[in-house]
Amino acid sequence: MQVLQLLVSGIAQGCIYGLIALGFVLIYKATETVSFAQGELMMLGAFIGLMLMAVLGFPFWLAVLAAICAMALLGIALEFAVIRPILGQPAFSIVMLTIGIGYVARGAVTMVPVFGTETHTLPVPYRNEIVQVGGLVIAVEQLVVILATAALSALLYAMFRFSKIGIAMQASSQNQLAAYYMGIPVKRLNGLVWGLAAAVAAIAGLLLAPITFVHVNMGFIGLKAFPAAVVGGFGSLPGAIVGGLIIGVVESMSGFFLPEGFKDVAAYVVVLLMLVIKPNGLFGENLAKKV
Amino acid sequence: MRFVFKTRYDQDIDLARHSGDRLWYGLLLVLLVLAPAWLSEYWLAQLTFILIYGIVGVGLMLLAGYTGLFSLGHGAFLGVGAYTETVLASMGWPFPLSLAAAAGLSAGVGAVVGLPALRVKGIYLAIATLAFGFIVEEILARWESVTGGNAGKVVPTIDVFGWQADTAPSFYFVCLIVAVLATLAVLNLLRSPTGRAFVAIRDSEISAQSMGIHLAHYKTLSFMVSAALAGVGGALYAHQIRFLSPDQFGILQSIDLLLMIVIGGLGSIHGAFLGAAFLITMPQLITLGKDWLPGAVAEATGLQALVYGVVLIAFVLFEPMGLYGRWLKLRTWFDLFPFYRAGMFRRQKSFQKSERLR
Amino acid sequence: MSGTLLSVRDLTVHFGGVLAVNGVSFDVPEGGVFTLIGPNGAGKTTVFNLISRIYTPTSGTIEFDGARLDRAPPHRIAELGIARTFQNIELFEHATVLQNLLIGRHVHRRSGFWNELVFTPRVRREERETRRKVEEVIDFLDLQHYRETMVAGLPYGVRKVVELARALCMQPRLLLLDEPSSGLNVEETGDMAFWIEDIRDDLGITVLMVEHDMSLVSKVSDRVLAMNQGEVLAVGTPEQVQNDPAVVEAYLGTADDATSLRRVA
Repeated sequence: MQVLQLLVSGIAQGCIYGLIALGFVLIYKATETVSFAQGELMMLGAFIGLMLMAVLGFPFWLAVLAAICAMALLGIALEFAVIRPILGQPAFSIVMLTIGIGYVARGAVTMVPVFGTETHTLPVPYRNEIVQVGGLVIAVEQLVVILATAALSALLYAMFRFSKIGIAMQASSQNQLAAYYMGIPVKRLNGLVWGLAAAVAAIAGLLLAPITFVHVNMGFIGLKAFPAAVVGGFGSLPGAIVGGLIIGVVESMSGFFLPEGFKDVAAYVVVLLMLVIKPNGLFGENLAKKV
Repeated sequence: MRFVFKTRYDQDIDLARHSGDRLWYGLLLVLLVLAPAWLSEYWLAQLTFILIYGIVGVGLMLLAGYTGLFSLGHGAFLGVGAYTETVLASMGWPFPLSLAAAAGLSAGVGAVVGLPALRVKGIYLAIATLAFGFIVEEILARWESVTGGNAGKVVPTIDVFGWQADTAPSFYFVCLIVAVLATLAVLNLLRSPTGRAFVAIRDSEISAQSMGIHLAHYKTLSFMVSAALAGVGGALYAHQIRFLSPDQFGILQSIDLLLMIVIGGLGSIHGAFLGAAFLITMPQLITLGKDWLPGAVAEATGLQALVYGVVLIAFVLFEPMGLYGRWLKLRTWFDLFPFYRAGMFRRQKSFQKSERLR
Repeated sequence: MSGTLLSVRDLTVHFGGVLAVNGVSFDVPEGGVFTLIGPNGAGKTTVFNLISRIYTPTSGTIEFDGARLDRAPPHRIAELGIARTFQNIELFEHATVLQNLLIGRHVHRRSGFWNELVFTPRVRREERETRRKVEEVIDFLDLQHYRETMVAGLPYGVRKVVELARALCMQPRLLLLDEPSSGLNVEETGDMAFWIEDIRDDLGITVLMVEHDMSLVSKVSDRVLAMNQGEVLAVGTPEQVQNDPAVVEAYLGTADDATSLRRVA
């Protein structure tokens, strides 16, 4: 029973990792850039939700939708202002730029007088409610996380697999110049992808906030999402979720069964093991240069 | 404007391109040697930090800028060096020996961290180094019998067979000597076949292999040298800050190091020191600038983070060659005056190509 | 000419379900120019990649001067004396031409890591010698103008020559040229033909090349091997192979084929 309980909380935590990982796999799939700003975008999404709900008094559903839309717009704006000019530069420079975005986000949030560096609670309607399934006690917050993640993953998978936009995104990530020649509106697509990734981050933030509370450093959880993406295979959307779940469950179990300290590094040990056993991740592609 | 007319191979092989180089670097060296005389104690300490971070930066530049292997966990090597030095110095080891041991142990850890590099590339390697960074930080925190854990550890003074570097100037000279030696060593590597092999690996691994470059050997070597330099820097860092705790060697330190070499200018040794200077002096500049900012902004704890972020973004967007690049352009302007043409350093419009298929 | 330098026997490689090379056998005699021809997808570059150990054969052997190649690690190939150029140029883009060529001398380095760290006089002497050798190649291929230019800024024709130069810097015994004339105009192809002949005659290097330009093939080759769909079709002198009916049908075509495509008024 204890194990099942751990499993559930591990799955819920893993869903969060998976959602953040989903964000950067989206960006990677479409533009082959790695964004280290997803964690901070998630934090911003949570703060926007906080501001709408607690400060401006919006009703829950309206606040959620508005926060997601606001973040999507922010993502598009970010792409237009900062990412577009540097596409074509080595991948490392772009990574450093996204790290810079993360710094700016953290700094800016501390300057808003209402937020500062304190921890805030997000006033969601299902706060502190629990559900009993068999002998299991599941917090409704965890349940919401799991269901929302499942729904979102299915939606995104369908989009990439079956829609023209999805195929266009993959094309422009492999060879941007060729995509231009084929008439793919690369710039608009990139904007769309970043908007989408930011929206996913906002959802992750709103889902996570009831569990960990809203504070300026909550974006650091995003660092654990990288092992999740790598375990699943960078470039695979279902892989991001599966990787996240694996990391979440391993973390949860090691927190209980292993001595102290292992829980914090569990994610990193798992990713190193994966790189030894299957370097391209569970669902990753094995691409080699053809000469 | 100076044209160098080359008649001997040595002119290409030498570190100094012409007598002007020798003059200016010589002057710089004289200035640095005389620093304790003309700098206040506070600024001397800052200069010492710049030298220390410069040593680490040179190592990271070798790994990331010249071999193309990006390490997101370099702070870990700093930590290994710092703790090794502290533990051995506390046991009474003379400084040269403990420094060599710190370098050696860091190099060993570097070889282990470099193992994923033999199998994976790009973002996968970066995440592997990130993972190692976290794991090493945790080990430093948990291994309390050796490192003192989160409670911290006091660092004794440098002791070389009786002579102690217990004053600021004497410690500064130790750092200066180590920095000069480390820089010369790396410059020597870069102008020999090993350095060229590193660059080959960065640009085309398949090609490098067909030239007879053993990838595993050179990648591991790059990690080891880079880690050894970070270990040396860490050892000096320990003596400078006098009190260690594991959280100083975590992800934030690693990102600071990367920030340093990107802002300094990837792919140049000058960049490492320029970046170090930036990293150390930025907080002072921010403090100075606080008077001009509105109250809430100036007092926010996140002000430094904000400024760092903005500067980083600005450099990547507008000056990808970093501080060294900006210096090169300035110097070319003076060299060519008044014939400097506005488009001399303009980058070609580049389209993104897939790195997975590189 | 002396004996066989490279000997390939029953070389076979599978990629998933695709049989890229199937039971290919041939001998490359020392001191000549041996050319592989065939349609695209015939497996010619795959054979090159097998020899330079980018791929591992599923079965079969490759022997170079008595040494077994097919299980050797890729970086050993250069040490044994085999150099190659690539179909899609694989130069070091962010380095100058000179630096690219210096890297080509890597197999000849004698000093070790610790000597280089301190830059002993011996290392300096070796550096001078390396640069002397590289200058010889630059003279041979007329690359003086481009010595200090970044490769990324060079036109395609010059890059092909730089690739060739880099391979020559290795002082190989066997030179693998993958489509040396592709992308070159008539004048540049003529230069390439002269250089290949000089490489064979003056430098004494055996050349194994893949080529589509049949005039170049007839001009410089001593022996030709035609491949199709991973298998050997014919081997012999250029005239013999060009007139072989199987080769004509699979690859070269006849005058009739061309006329049948002409538009009828």
